[in-house]
Amino acid sequence: MVSPAATPKATAPLSVTGLTVSYNRKMALFSLDFTVPPQAMGVIVGPNGAGKSTLLKSVLDIVPRVSGEVRVFGSSFAANRHRVAYVPQRASVDWEFPATVFDVAAMGLYRELSPLRLLGRAHRERVMACLAQVGMSDLARRQIGQLSGGQQQRVFFARALVQGADLYLLDEPFAGVDAATERTLIQVLHGLNALGKTVLCVHHDLSTVPEYFDHVLLLNVRHVASGPVASTFTAATLQETYGDRLAEGHLQRLAAMLAPSPASVAVAAGALGAAAPQSSLLPERGARPASRRP
Amino acid sequence: MLSAFVDALVLGAGYNTTVVTLGAALLGAAAGAIGAYVLLRRRSLLSDAVGHATLPGLALAFILLVALTGDGRWMPGLMAGAALSAALGLATVEALAHRTRLKEDAAIGIVLSVFFGAGVVLMTILQSLPTGRQAGISTYLLGSAASMLRSEAELIAVLSAVLALAVFLFRRRLTLVCFDASHAAVSGISVRATDMLLSIMLLAVVVTSLKVVGVVLSVALPILPAVASRFWTDRLDSMVLISMVLGATGAYAGAALSSVAPGLPTGALIVLALFLLFLFSLLLAPRRGLLASLLRHHALRLRIHQRQGLLALARGEPIYDGLTLRVLRRAGLIRRDGVATARGVEAAEATVAEERLWGAYQRWYPAEAAAAMPERARPLNELLPPDMLEELTHRLARQEEP
Repeated sequence: MVSPAATPKATAPLSVTGLTVSYNRKMALFSLDFTVPPQAMGVIVGPNGAGKSTLLKSVLDIVPRVSGEVRVFGSSFAANRHRVAYVPQRASVDWEFPATVFDVAAMGLYRELSPLRLLGRAHRERVMACLAQVGMSDLARRQIGQLSGGQQQRVFFARALVQGADLYLLDEPFAGVDAATERTLIQVLHGLNALGKTVLCVHHDLSTVPEYFDHVLLLNVRHVASGPVASTFTAATLQETYGDRLAEGHLQRLAAMLAPSPASVAVAAGALGAAAPQSSLLPERGARPASRRP
Repeated sequence: MLSAFVDALVLGAGYNTTVVTLGAALLGAAAGAIGAYVLLRRRSLLSDAVGHATLPGLALAFILLVALTGDGRWMPGLMAGAALSAALGLATVEALAHRTRLKEDAAIGIVLSVFFGAGVVLMTILQSLPTGRQAGISTYLLGSAASMLRSEAELIAVLSAVLALAVFLFRRRLTLVCFDASHAAVSGISVRATDMLLSIMLLAVVVTSLKVVGVVLSVALPILPAVASRFWTDRLDSMVLISMVLGATGAYAGAALSSVAPGLPTGALIVLALFLLFLFSLLLAPRRGLLASLLRHHALRLRIHQRQGLLALARGEPIYDGLTLRVLRRAGLIRRDGVATARGVEAAEATVAEERLWGAYQRWYPAEAAAAMPERARPLNELLPPDMLEELTHRLARQEEP
């Protein structure tokens, strides 16, 4: 794990300085400084309305920024577009759109196809290989309207994989998906990370942060804390980020989780999930077996 | 009359009629292709505003042409005027929707009515001009293929071919923006520019279609084929192709019909032909049509009855429901007296196992299972990816171990 201090900002996969974004006079992000070190498994956490999705969208030039600078691999995002893949929230598209699973995954190729070019065999094979990685090759011809939430998220992952990027930005990839899908998808992300790619997720489930990620940004409109999960994701920083929204009991359980012994982690994860303040913290997977931890 | 119509359909009604009907068909194909994207980008209403916004430009161009040449019926000049005022209408909609608090539908309502109102006033004024063959302009209100010159039909055909080619060249960028605009933006496609491109293509097709379909009904030519084509397919590429075929067929049939009945407005005839195609698609399209969904609903009902019946058999409960008994008897699962056959016993056991799997799915993945409820009567192995199914089976087996 490379500490951010040791990473020259100039070459970091993503670095923002003084980033400020506002929607209709409401401040969404205020003067944010944050750097993602190379090959990080990064995570952004914070309460609802903290500006987590806004951060991703302003990095990607989807929402305009009031001030601040974004550097992607040392230069502007526009210059490094081809090295970045984005997985938006599932609800952002109309799943009744006339397309099959294959069609959506193949949209990851469009950037490199000229207008006259048809999909060749090599392209098809690449799309199918990415669908296989997320366990969707058998459903390649299915209409996307017939997919479950988890399957939709798998298709979005396949589309991002097809792009063959170096930096992956994901907006709540595990919200409302089943446990099997979450396991498959986190394996895919860890696989990318092992190949030297950088990952940055907006994530709601605090109990899985230490297990999934190694670099964290705690965000609540402004920067609260960032750094390696092991040293930065603490009861104190969480208290500062969530304020009253995490009750005393949660913090104690989180503290137990953050001093990790496998048994206490499982207990804390269950307890946190059962009484978390945000609905999305409530795991839809119910009783998660402790054996899930690698 | 009928034989003349058949002659027009099979291109046996003389060169002029043939050029007109073929030109209309090409126009219908181009409009259908553009309409598919307009529909998916949820811009159908915008095409109505574009159509109505052409009227003041059309009338002004006519007045200008009369002043300059004495005859106002020169089609390219009229099309240029129509295009300018439609572009102004589009820009107004855009400005109202993005710069003010008005939503796009309200902006469309304002532009459509104001521009059309201004157009009607100008049309009334130009009727009072001392000269200029005003009768020519009224054909642009509802379309008149019969009064079309050969050169006009040829111009329409060429413009349509160019538009169809443009759709082909821009198909990927249009698809990306229609499906997921933010992903398209991240990929380096300007959403604003693509929307503008789609608006311009829509404007071009509406202006090209004025002589054939007319100002008032121009919205139908792109939209009706696109809506109808959605019933036939689940893939965008084929939807665009089917929309082109339907658009071409409707425009062709309407133009042929109006060539033998010059008193009837071509636009109205084309709209009616397109409507028949739409009705046919709505009722009879496989899978998405009304008839198909009725049949599917019936089949689902039978499957549920069979499933409930088999579960009752497995539990040894008596069955009273007439339909359930009939379904089981017809499938050879019970005998006339209601006792299960050997195959029935086997099927009942399989259903019980399947039901346990569904129960486990609902218990452990309530959100996913809720989403899959419409498929409740189908076996899970047809619905889930293999890794998911395996996990479910294993977990169930583990839990049932003593």
